Amino acid sequence: MASGGPALESLVDQVISVITNDGRNIVGTLRGFDQATNIILDESHERVYSTKEGVQQLVLGLYIIRGDNISVVGEVDEDLDARLDLSKLRAHPLKPVIH
Amino acid sequence: MFFSYFKELVGKEVTVELKNDLAIRGTLHSVDQYLNIKLENTRVVDQDKYPHMQSINELLMLIKQSKTLDFPHLQLSVRNCFIRGSVVRYVLLPQDGVDIDILHDATRREARGG
Repeated sequence: MASGGPALESLVDQVISVITNDGRNIVGTLRGFDQATNIILDESHERVYSTKEGVQQLVLGLYIIRGDNISVVGEVDEDLDARLDLSKLRAHPLKPVIH
Repeated sequence: MFFSYFKELVGKEVTVELKNDLAIRGTLHSVDQYLNIKLENTRVVDQDKYPHMQSINELLMLIKQSKTLDFPHLQLSVRNCFIRGSVVRYVLLPQDGVDIDILHDATRREARGG
């Protein structure tokens, strides 16, 4: 598809939040992608949600995620994101995708 | 056929339910041939409260409530998102976006192979 499609072009070099099929949440800078939604994430970290304690951040670094495993790619508003108090945020981990 | 159908819904408010039970509501920005979907002004709708979806007022209340509650994973800091077509379970459409007769005809034509 040449144009009009919802490719990830507009998000390149921006901070994005990825939800994977197994329910993980990875935040990083989008460096590249292809037609299968494989993506390259730079300076990435995982946010681990739990009901018992605040959100834990695990540093991952440079990651390539295969498109098959991607559910949602969200554009992160960095200002708003910086204002989130992750240590106070509690949530159930997301469920995995069941096809 | 559904690709062209979804293209006509661009700009309308839809709710996309994913196969991980997450439901995201937003304005349809674009679709592609895999039915990947881009939404704008997204918010997460609490899945458990779905049975009440009949009335719009109730729905708006639910959206307000759910904003701070169950799924902060995508909230506040994510306003636009890309959803991979393969994880979509349902797309809830606005009533006025559906012309049942046209859809009927189109599906029949498709089924006949022409």
